[in-house]
Amino acid sequence: MLSVQTCATLDEAARQMGDRTRFLAGGTLVMRGVNYADPSFDRIVRARTMPCEIRSDDTGLRIGAGATMADLLAARDAEILHPVARMIGGPAVRNMATVGGNLFAAHPYGDLATALLALDARVEMAGGATEPMETFLAGRDRQRGLVTAVILPRVTASEFRWAKISRVKPKGVSMLSIAAWLQGGSRITDARIAFGGMGPTPLRAKAAERALRDRTLDPAGIEGALAACLDGLAPADDALASEWYRREVAPVHLRRLLLREAR
Amino acid sequence: MTSIEFRKDLFADERDDTLKEIGQPTIRQDILGHVTGRTPYYDDHLFDGLLHMRAVRSPHHHARIRSIDTREAERMPGVRRVATARDVPNNLNTLLSLINFGKDDEPLCAHDKVRYKGETVAWVIADTERLAREAVAQVRVDYEVLPHVLDPEEALKPGAPVVNEVYPNNSFDYHERYDHQKLRFGDVNAAFARADHIVEAEYQMSPIEQAPIETCGAIAAPEQNDRYVCYTNTQALFFSLGTTAKLLDIPSSRLHFIGGTAGGGFGGKVDSIVEPTAVLGAILTGRPVRFAWDREEEMQVGAPRGAERWRLKDGVMADGRIVAREFTGFFDSGAYTRLSSYAIVKGTGHLPGPYFIPNVAANVYCCVTNRTPATAMRGFGITAVDFAIECQMDRVAEAVGMDPIELRILNAYRDGDMKAHRRKAKNTALIECCQVAAGKAQWPLSGEAMAQSSLTGGGTPERVAIPETVTDDEGRIGERRAGRTASTAPSRNGRGRVPSGQHGATIVAAPPQNPDMQIEADRIGHRMGSETPPSAMGPASGAAQPSAPYRPASQTGGSIVPPRPTPPPAAPPPAAPSVPPSAPPPASPSYGTQPPSAPPPAATPGAPHDAPYQRPAAPEPEPYRPDKPFSRGTRRPGSSPFLSGTRRR
Amino acid sequence: MAKTPVRFTLNDAEAALFVDEGANLIDVLRRGAGDLSPKQGCAQGTCGACTVLIDGQPHLACLTLAETVEGRRIDTTGGLAGGPQLHPLQTAFMEEFAAQCGFCTSGMLMAAKALLDRQPSPSRDEVAEAISGNLCRCTGYEPIIDAVMRASQRMRGAA
Repeated sequence: MLSVQTCATLDEAARQMGDRTRFLAGGTLVMRGVNYADPSFDRIVRARTMPCEIRSDDTGLRIGAGATMADLLAARDAEILHPVARMIGGPAVRNMATVGGNLFAAHPYGDLATALLALDARVEMAGGATEPMETFLAGRDRQRGLVTAVILPRVTASEFRWAKISRVKPKGVSMLSIAAWLQGGSRITDARIAFGGMGPTPLRAKAAERALRDRTLDPAGIEGALAACLDGLAPADDALASEWYRREVAPVHLRRLLLREAR
Repeated sequence: MTSIEFRKDLFADERDDTLKEIGQPTIRQDILGHVTGRTPYYDDHLFDGLLHMRAVRSPHHHARIRSIDTREAERMPGVRRVATARDVPNNLNTLLSLINFGKDDEPLCAHDKVRYKGETVAWVIADTERLAREAVAQVRVDYEVLPHVLDPEEALKPGAPVVNEVYPNNSFDYHERYDHQKLRFGDVNAAFARADHIVEAEYQMSPIEQAPIETCGAIAAPEQNDRYVCYTNTQALFFSLGTTAKLLDIPSSRLHFIGGTAGGGFGGKVDSIVEPTAVLGAILTGRPVRFAWDREEEMQVGAPRGAERWRLKDGVMADGRIVAREFTGFFDSGAYTRLSSYAIVKGTGHLPGPYFIPNVAANVYCCVTNRTPATAMRGFGITAVDFAIECQMDRVAEAVGMDPIELRILNAYRDGDMKAHRRKAKNTALIECCQVAAGKAQWPLSGEAMAQSSLTGGGTPERVAIPETVTDDEGRIGERRAGRTASTAPSRNGRGRVPSGQHGATIVAAPPQNPDMQIEADRIGHRMGSETPPSAMGPASGAAQPSAPYRPASQTGGSIVPPRPTPPPAAPPPAAPSVPPSAPPPASPSYGTQPPSAPPPAATPGAPHDAPYQRPAAPEPEPYRPDKPFSRGTRRPGSSPFLSGTRRR
Repeated sequence: MAKTPVRFTLNDAEAALFVDEGANLIDVLRRGAGDLSPKQGCAQGTCGACTVLIDGQPHLACLTLAETVEGRRIDTTGGLAGGPQLHPLQTAFMEEFAAQCGFCTSGMLMAAKALLDRQPSPSRDEVAEAISGNLCRCTGYEPIIDAVMRASQRMRGAA
């Protein structure tokens, strides 16, 4: 049996979280569990009002956790994330799926979280504390709090690249995805590369990031990054693709992303 | 709407081209319902007090069931009934038993053993689907996991685990003789020795899930006249009806099956599992019960098109003629036969493809493995072998340095050619298809290839001859498991010989595997082996069966109708019938009270054959009086309560 | 089991129902409100057969907690015709053979309607994008796109 508790605000809802409880935002993940009687929870908590504001200033971009993918696509301020949001689900899913929910999405979902990891986002929890995406993702299975917002630094749009690799075209779930924030122009000064589908959560390919520093984005310059891109990753093995396949193609897709080759 | 191009120039003298429907715009008769959301799929029937039934499923490919503990599940809120194999009156069946093919090998619910991942072990019926799911999770099954086999060739090896004791050799038994289907025509080994090239390759197709948008499901409910209604999306309504009657030991007259609308099927809705399950639920609870697969079950438990592996070996002359083709085929039937035994027959009948090849040999195996049982899907039984054949043709073209389409045109069968099944090819059209397709694709063909025709060149003495055929006895049932037959391919040393010009011995379907399985065709209005074509067959009247034997038209002196239980006095036959006995049947169905035969009155004496047929003047109708009063079901001694045969005891 | 009251507008009519805690919208629409036009194909948001419009925007009813539609407007295919006259989308689907088994059709129509309501003159790519969350196993999608294009032409008076 399932019980539902509705609170007025997110802060109130955060106080109601507990064992065998899930927070319902857009429903695209939690309701699947409801429909299939996921044994890990029997209680749902929701909030009548959710923070959905999308606002950028000179420090960065703040996105309320309740903003949907459609809200992102309608906001000029969030333009940098449009390539990612545009490829999540279909129109109906985009009307429902929230930014906050995507942070908790288990493989094979979580495209936005992958992009936010590459973009060095910080996660703000109910109560005010913030932490970097990386530590948030590492600890998310034990997370009891609720996310109120994600905060991105200022990013020049041309520095961000995104590739979603799926078998079904034009839309389909990710087999793997790659987000890259490459700063510096023709010679890379700083690189952040995140993979989705290559681990239990989105993971940074730190060895590849290091190998790109001070390099140019040409075949010779990226060789080291391609050779090291699998370090620290644990490619998934599932119905979409085998671990072997992901291992084989991840460097290929990274190369295409870095050289902007047509797919 | 896509357009159709008519090529009326091809085979123009073989048909009447006044097409009234093809090529004309039309509206699907059911599409108004689709676009208004009113098409009544099985789930679009609302019942008060509907209960939801879910299955407990095996997580193992192969395991013995030590015990099933349902006590916890039974106590859970909203649970109305927990059912197991014990609750199925007749828990062993095979789909094609209804047409007398194969042995009963599959339980509706496993009792001692599970043979594939997802097999049903028990059921829960509860007030809501969620409550049913929660209770399913509380059923405790103690399994002893057994070694499993998931590859059809591995399953045939002597040491492989026995998947299904009904077929202890992990292969379907064909004709009580062999563990495979044999096709032999000519002498492939002699032809290989003569050939300029040998082209060998292996092809494989994985199981393919039909994945209709609507999953398999049924809702069954008790009706007020002591019947059960069942709304289902089956593609095989009468199979579902007969299978349900047999598994649940309930006369088919007590089953009211309503189907006809499926949200996609593609062959995946023929296995008739959800209907007996839903009806069982309705019987056990006395309530309406819904049983449907969710999407995960449709993928994992729902039968896919079976995996196949084919080895082809061709003997080819330098000029591109294929003189010999040998097949070794494996069809992964999964844990239970269902329709696969028939798929292999169909597939074997398809060999060697639409080509004239004077020496053909094939061994085709229906293998039992611990995979999800396979079933039909679009082009059932031939899709994978056609894929193999056509890939092989391209390989052959490459080997001889020939254009692949021209190679096909060269080898295509033509009208009159003898096929490997010892029937002449007729109405062939592969050549024209190749020519038109090549034209559309702007693929250049030589003048010679473009000049070929299906109507010429076939049926010459060499092409119509039935060659001397080498046969062999390898692969008898049980030999493979005993380790006495190593190779699955057709024999290199066949010793038997069927002389040329002969059709060989006819293999008919094996006699009923169990004396209980008799077909009583005339019970359902069919005639077996009669020479007169049935025409005006009225339905049997009520439950009483005709007791008079069937008499052919010449004896009843008129139209062909089934004998009546209480025939009213027949009109006296005229001295000279003015219309020949093969007059067209009366305009209205002749059951009820009209006489079985009354010759029409002469319209114009002296011109009997020009007289238009006139309906006989009907005598005063007699009140209907069956010779046996209506009783529930059939109680005639020796009769079967099932639609098409006698149930197994 | 506790029940939650929910009030919403369904195809121009007021609906007021008591729903089970945790019930999803498709169960409530079909069995509660008796609107059988949305179809359930997967219960996991991958097939789109359950697509309905909530306040004019496509949503998946199987993933919507029923009580969240309190006070909102829901449109389903059952209400698309709005009387004896079919909506141009429905007529176009019929003419273009845009349905075979028909199970995806209800969801496709809702997705298409949402598109044409905001973009009366879509390109084929925009139509493909609009139905990208709806799976069809029968038609191969092209007849559906043809139908939406034809309907859009008719609605603009262009055809």
